[in-house]
Parts: sequence; structure tokens; C-alpha cells
Amino acid sequence: MPFIPHTEDDVKAMLNTIGVNRIDDLFDEIPGHLRIRDLNALDSGLNEMTMSRDMKERAERDGGLACFLGAGAYEHHIPAAVWQIASRGEFLTAYTPYQAEASQGTLQLLYEYQTMMAHLMGLEVSNASLYDGASALAEAVLMAVRANTAAKEPRILIAGNLHPHYRQTIEALVRPQGIHLETLPYNDKTGCLEPQLPKIENGDMVAVVIAQPNFFGGIEEVDNITDWAHQHQALVIAVVNPIAMALLKEPGAWGQRGADIVCGEGQPLGVPLASGGPYFGFLCTKMDYVRQMPGRLIGRTIDQDGKTGFSLTLQAREQHIRRAKATSNICTNQGLAVTAATIYMSLLGASGLADVAKASHANSKVLCTALTALPGIRLRFNSPYFHEFVIECPCPADSLIQALLKKNILAGLDLSVLSPELNHCLLICVTETKTSDDIHTYANAVQHALQHILTAVED
Amino acid sequence: MLIFEISAKGRRNHLQSPRHAPEASDIPAHLLRKNAPLFPEVSELQVVRHYTQLSRKNFSIDTQFYPLGSCTMKYNPRGVHQLASLEGFLQHHPLTPASHSQGYLQSAYELQQILSHITGLSAVSLTPMAGAQGEFAGVAMIRAYHLARGDTARTEFLVPDAAHGTNPATAVMCGFRIKEIPTDKHGDVDLDALRAAVGPHTAGIMLTNPSTLGVFERRISDIAQIIHEVGGLLYYDGANLNAILGKCRPGDMGFDVMHINLHKTFATPHGGGGPGSGPVAANERLKPFLPTPIVGYDGKHYKWLTEKECPQSIGRLSAFMGNAGIILRANIYARFLGREGLCRVSEYATLNANYLMARLQQAGFTLAFPDRRASHEFIITFKKEAKTLGVTAKDIAKRLLDYGVHAPTTYFPLLVPECFLIEPTETESKEELDNFVNILIMVLKEAQDSPELIKQAPHNLPVRRLDDLKAAKELDLTWRDSQ
Amino acid sequence: MNTLPQELRYTTTHEWVRIENDTATIGITEHAQSLLGDLVYVDLPPVKKGLAVGDDAAVVESVKAAADVYSPVDGEVIEVNAALNDKPELINQDPYGAGWLFKVKLVGELPLSLLSAADYEAMLNEE
Repeated sequence: MPFIPHTEDDVKAMLNTIGVNRIDDLFDEIPGHLRIRDLNALDSGLNEMTMSRDMKERAERDGGLACFLGAGAYEHHIPAAVWQIASRGEFLTAYTPYQAEASQGTLQLLYEYQTMMAHLMGLEVSNASLYDGASALAEAVLMAVRANTAAKEPRILIAGNLHPHYRQTIEALVRPQGIHLETLPYNDKTGCLEPQLPKIENGDMVAVVIAQPNFFGGIEEVDNITDWAHQHQALVIAVVNPIAMALLKEPGAWGQRGADIVCGEGQPLGVPLASGGPYFGFLCTKMDYVRQMPGRLIGRTIDQDGKTGFSLTLQAREQHIRRAKATSNICTNQGLAVTAATIYMSLLGASGLADVAKASHANSKVLCTALTALPGIRLRFNSPYFHEFVIECPCPADSLIQALLKKNILAGLDLSVLSPELNHCLLICVTETKTSDDIHTYANAVQHALQHILTAVED
Repeated sequence: MLIFEISAKGRRNHLQSPRHAPEASDIPAHLLRKNAPLFPEVSELQVVRHYTQLSRKNFSIDTQFYPLGSCTMKYNPRGVHQLASLEGFLQHHPLTPASHSQGYLQSAYELQQILSHITGLSAVSLTPMAGAQGEFAGVAMIRAYHLARGDTARTEFLVPDAAHGTNPATAVMCGFRIKEIPTDKHGDVDLDALRAAVGPHTAGIMLTNPSTLGVFERRISDIAQIIHEVGGLLYYDGANLNAILGKCRPGDMGFDVMHINLHKTFATPHGGGGPGSGPVAANERLKPFLPTPIVGYDGKHYKWLTEKECPQSIGRLSAFMGNAGIILRANIYARFLGREGLCRVSEYATLNANYLMARLQQAGFTLAFPDRRASHEFIITFKKEAKTLGVTAKDIAKRLLDYGVHAPTTYFPLLVPECFLIEPTETESKEELDNFVNILIMVLKEAQDSPELIKQAPHNLPVRRLDDLKAAKELDLTWRDSQ
Repeated sequence: MNTLPQELRYTTTHEWVRIENDTATIGITEHAQSLLGDLVYVDLPPVKKGLAVGDDAAVVESVKAAADVYSPVDGEVIEVNAALNDKPELINQDPYGAGWLFKVKLVGELPLSLLSAADYEAMLNEE
């Protein structure tokens, strides 16, 4: 029996000890009218060989594309050691470190993760992870509502150039608590937030949510926006790409006082694309707000002999103690993905991470230059960007995407699906994983496709 | 030793980073980072050795018996992990057009069908990323259902006092007030108290069945009737689904919506605290409100259904579609077992729990509910030992670690003082269970003969008991260079 | 239990109240602090906050538990024990003295539900 070690003799002896005749007798407290006899609508089990062939065939159907699509999930090189170590059974098959003495491996690793993440963001403290970037932002919004006692009403101002899926996720997760979400508009030419910030009264807003880079890859003037928000007693929630933070100014250094809560998608740090998860959300803040944080926190302490050790701390914020008054309902988080990220950051170091950011960015410049040299293609927004940019095509972006798919290239994201004013727009990402050959192949494919599509239109 | 403490300035792993990394001269200087973050500077071997050594300080299913009640720490099959980690799946970008995602979409669709059949509910969304998010989805769906009918008076959610902490926390996140329902002395919901608590303000109830007390709620159909009669709906917390696979179904019990913990029932690894996955299943009444995206099938192709196709959906709970890799794993696990194997899960999990319970009772341990059948887990209490010997459940748990078994869940559920919630799971052998019984007998004897030994435990682990008070009062959450 | 101060009034949720003219000083009882264990943090109400009987007024947190402190009276917060921010252990050490939580300027009548020392002691003995 797959995964069940019992012999017939075992079963007999065990039933005898219990004092029943059959295993089925153990279900005698389930009322008869609720009992079902089988699951026969399902198929019979497969063995490992058959399953391997089946899954390999499925994986092959999904793989093999050269990925130029980003939009919140980024392909980076993952060093071999990352998942070899993260997949060790002692990390893979442990659970939440409730028994600290038997979980020092996970606990110390999480403390090291918290440290690296806090330093990367320029803030004082990081939690041990949330589910993903979008849900981490929703948690950051709820946290800001708890933390900003100066605000009169729970209103949040959200950058209009935030990833639309993030916006949808916040709406789903915070709407039931009566929080109002309003939009900070972006400029149609730059793709960045309007430099002229709206007039608001002190205490009108709980927080302002800024994405750096924004959904279009554009780099925001974060200092001005941060200071403006703070002048109006609003907290600043930064949503950032962690790889970009090796290159761009860290949120803790934005403006006079720095961002208050920083969150985002941790996937670029050593976690594969994998159809969208498991990834992990990160969340960092200032010490002043630590008790309002959602999720687990690891603290360093000593044992009864004075030896250094690590344990879950400030647990009284959490649902298993605080129940209805917890800071969040989160219990299971994304520990394994964090294990991978910690190993990834250790292997690369600060300069390696900065090189990944720079190389990705340089590659994106090369492709952008090549594409905008083609007739009919222009760069949609004129702001500085980080490793991701938007082009406007002379045809629907989807026709380009379809044409490149035939050459096994995943060209990018068709933005017309998200907003009608971005008709014909394609969001393209290039990371350090692409060679100049890859980039030229892409540009040539676009050139050919355009010739084809435009000729077809003229015909 | 922390990784930062083996760091040396200027040490680098050039193999892992790109060769060519020119400065980003096009980005204005005031937007660039001035100081590098404080990361360790270590060699590849140092990283590998450091984290390998750390891993060895963990207890895990692969290395120890791990009878953590309510967590279903069963064997995580290696074949599942390997096949979900095939290159084609790992490379696959979540926003790839459906035409080039059929392998994943088919796997997700199949899992939706399997879960629907197992639960007796008509539709499934796989997007919630853990049990607690599945709970959120379910309760938010109930909220959306009432509001869609213009029924704005339903502001209260009922939660039994034995419930997981996530239940009340979730209902509050969804904007509800909590009413706690007491449990009677047999471990069932107190029906009189329930009848007194319901009314036009009742939005619904959250229940686990078998309950967190390790027993099957026998009057579940009565409970469903009481709630439905006042217009409320029933939410099933799937934490204990392992106990009833193929034996009975939440849909038949009268539940309207539920979540399933793939990292429990479907053997996906717990990863030191996650990732999990908490798909949500609903009946026809609540189906329109399921979170998006959902996988659809037109008989030929699989595709994503989003807000366009599901206008009443509570919306999106993650940037993409939840923990896809876990969904793949659950698919492979379920298809490894098939219809026969899935039924065996509950049978042998229940056999193991009842056997362990019988042996411990015979050995003189105190059961919390001696007259009841165990589900896939059960509770023993050390209330007597705490009083007579001054040895608590915590002390005994710590001593178990010395003997190389992970402690059961302690002090949960809160209703039973000094308790262990023990869940052996179906993948443990009789020998392993017998060994656990022997260890517990030995520890109990130690508690009688030399209580100090137990109160000071553990003795054989990388650290001894930690100073949690210092950890909470002198918060040290981030290593600083000055230390 | 012989340490229970006789001049104070008590609640079933283990708060104590000292009435002096129109001011009430509020804390948690010896019994409550012993159940919670070593306290690590106290969240006190803002001064000027209006409280009604039964409102959440403060939170006391130990390593493994957190408890709400409910207002036993109606009134407005006029002072909080700022010393607790650095030294929450004062509540453990001296719950009826240096471990007081906050003071309220009373509005209206005292609630009838307040217990005398004898009644509170009787309640504890029943538990």
C-alpha cells in the first residue's frame, strides 16, 4: 500500500489492542446517513513510473520558452546550491518551529533572513515572511490602519501604477473591514506618479502606497512623495522589487524619515517562476511599529546555560494566542521559499546582488534600444526604468506575443487587457539570464513579425 | 555562529553572479543606493556547510516521529517532490498564455475535480495560499452571499470555544463579531447554547469535524439545521480532513463552504512553516463567490476563469494563482494513491490514532475523552501529574525531544488543561508507535522518580530551554555589525 | 489570598479599582498577574479617551499570553502609568501599587457590578 507500512499481522494486533474487529468499526461515531462507501468516481492509483512519464509530458508542454515576461514574477539565475540545501529533508519536512530546542536550524536561518531583509530595505526589522507580494501589501495596509492612530478615517491612497493584481488583492482582503482605497494618479507621459501631489488635510490618510519600480518598470521620485505623505501624517508603504533594492535607494533612506512599512514579492531572490508559487511576501518596518506587524518573528536570546539560541517571539500578536484580536489570521507562511532566499542572498552577497540588478538592467537597455529603432515602435513612457519597460506597437500587442510564441519566445505582457488606454502596449522584462544572442533573436523576431503583421493589414 | 560572523570583507562567489554588470548610468544618482546592505561575504562552501549544519539542528518528518496534533505530519513522498520540480514546471511564468500552460492547467483542473468529489461540494478554487487564507476566502464568500441578497443584518459569526485561533481571527478580518459557543463534556458542541446564540444576526458558523478535540461531532446534521433555519451558512475548517477521506463528506454534513489544507491531507511538505495551500470548495449556493482565478475546461482546452467569467467573485487573493507548486504536488499525491489509496489514508490514520490511544490508556495515561472513539488524533492530559509531581505537559514535551521524537501539540485545544494533542498519521508503522509508547512510559517514570530531570529537559539538544522573557523584553530581531 | 486589599473594588474579569473622590485608579489583580506570568508589554489607553464600563481599555502581554483590560467604570482617562512602558514587570511585582495602569475621571454612578474584596475572594475560591 503506497506510503502505509502496515502488515496484515500489524493490523490484526492493533485491532485486537483497540478491541474492535474491523477498521471500519473505528468510524462508528459517524452517523450512518452521512457515511459514503468509496471514492469510485476517481481513478485508480498510478505507480511512480507511469506518473513520471505523465508529468514529464505535461512539464514539457509548459516549458522551453525564452522568458521576457516579468510583471511581478522574475526569472533570475538560481545557483545550484540554493535548492539542493533548501530541499534537505530537515528543512523541507519540518514544521513551524513551536518546539524551539528542536528547531534551531529553521529559527537561526529565519533570524539571518530577517537581518538580510531588514538591511536590504534599510529598515530595522523584518518578519519571517507572508504568503506573496500582493497579500503582503494587503497585510501592510491593515497594519498601517492599526499603527497610524493620527488618522481620522481608514483611507489609503494607492499609486495608480501599482500592479493591478496587487490592487485587486488588497481590495479583496481589506474591503470587509471598511477601509477606503483611493488612487494616486500617474502621468500618462512618464508612467510615474504626477509630480504635483494632491491636496489633502492632515490626518486624512492612513497611508500612501508607492511601488518602486512601478508596474511599468518606471523609477519613482520617492523622496518627494515620502516627505509629502509624512507632512500630512500619512505613513508610507513601499512595495519594492528586492533585486532592484541592491541598485536603487533603499526605502529606509527615502525622504527625511524613510518609508514606514516596506513589503513586496520575495520570489526574485532564488525562487523559481513555477506558475506563480510558492513565492513569499516580505514585510519590514521600523521598531516603533513592530507590535503591529503580522506574521512570525524570530528573536535571538539565550538558553538556561547562557548559550545563544533563537525562538519565536512576540507571539501574543498572533492568532494562536490572541485569537479574534490577532494582528492577522496568518499561521502557515512560506518558510521553505525563505530558506531558499536566505541561501541565495548569502551566496550572492551584496555585490553579487547588485551585479544581478545591474546586468538585468543593462540587458533591458540593449533590448529597448534595439526595439525602439524599429519603425513603428516607441517607448511608451519616458521615465528612467529598472529592467522592465513598455513599448507601444503599431499593432495589437497580442499579435506580437502570438508571433513570438511560435519562435518559443515569451514576449511580455499585453497591457491592453489591463487598461484600454494602454492599447497596443507591451510590458517587457529582461534579466541577467539573457545573452546578447537571446536579445537579438527577440529583436529580429519582432522585426519579422511586424513586417508580417503590417503587410497583412495592408493587404 | 551566525553566517555574518564567518563573513570576511572582499570574499565573493563570482560563479553565481553575471560576468558583465555595467553601472546604471542612466538612472539619476539621487535615486540610487549609496551604501551596500550588510550581507555576509562568504564562499560557496561556507554557505553550504553553514546551512547544512543548521539543517541538522532541526527535527523533521524525514528524521523523526513527528506526532504534532492538528498538523498531519505524514510522509512527504520524494516522487511527488521530484515530479513537481521538473524544469518545465519551474520555468513556467504564471502569466504565460493558456496555450502554453496546458500541462499545469490540466493538473490544477484535475485537482479541482478530485477535491470536489472528496468534499461533496460542487466547485473549487485553488488560489488560497494556506489554510488561514482559505478560511478567509470561505468566510468572505458567506459575507458576499448575504450582502448580494441585500441581507445586511448578519454581523455575527459563531465559533466553538475549541476552534483553532485562525477561526476567530479570520471572522474578524472579514468584519464580523465573534460569538463563542461552548463545548459539552463529551466534546460535542453544546446545542442548547447554540440554539440560544443564533438569530437574524447570524451570518454563519465555523466548525472543524472531527473537532480539534479529536472526536467526531455526532450531531452535525442538527447543527446544520439550526444554522440554516435562521438563514446562516456553515463553514468547514478542513484541518482534520485526513480523518474522514472516503468515509463521509462535508458537503453531505450540510456545510456550504470549506477549505482543504493540501500541506496536511495531501502530504505536501511543511517546509519549516510553509508553504501551505488552502483551496476552498463550495456548494452551488456559494459557487459564484469563489476567489479567482479558477481553472475551466471546455472539453478541449484548459483556461483561466477570472473576474470576467466570475463577476460575483470575492476577487483575487494573490498576485497570481496561489501556491501552484503545492497544487501540483497535491495532484501527484492524489493520483499516486487513487480512489483506493485515498480511502486508506483515513482508515490507517484512524487505526494508528486509536491504537496509540488504547496503548497509552492501558499504560495509565489519562485520556481527555475516554468514552469516545479517536478520530485521526486524540488528547491526553497531564493535569494529574502537574498537580502531584509538579511536572507539566511542557516539561514532558521537552523530555520527549531528548529521546528523539518530536513532541505532540501542547496546550491546544485550550479547553483541556496540560494536554497533548497526538496525531500519528497513517504513514507511521506499528513499531514506531510502540516505540513512542515506550518512551512516554519511560518519561512518566522519570517524572515520578526524578522530576527535576524532566523540569530541566531537554538535555541533549543544540540548546536547552530558551529565555523567552528576555527574547520578548530585549527584542533582538536583526543582527547589527556592532554586536 | 490574605493580601487582597480591602479598600479596593473588583471585577469578575480581575481588574481592581481604587476610588478617591471623582477619580478611579485601575489595575489588574494579583490573581490576574500570576495567571499571565512575566509581563513584557503593556498597551495603555490615550489620555482623554472616553471609556464606558466593559470597554477595552488596555492590553497586558506576557510571553505566552495577552489579555484585555476592560474598563470597570464610566469616565475619561486622565493619566496613565508611563513607568510601565519600560518596566511592565512592576505589575508582577506590585499589582496594587506601582503596577497601576491608568486613572479615570468618573462620570455618573459607579456600576453595581463592582465586587467587594470579600465577594471577589469568594469568586476566586470557586474557580
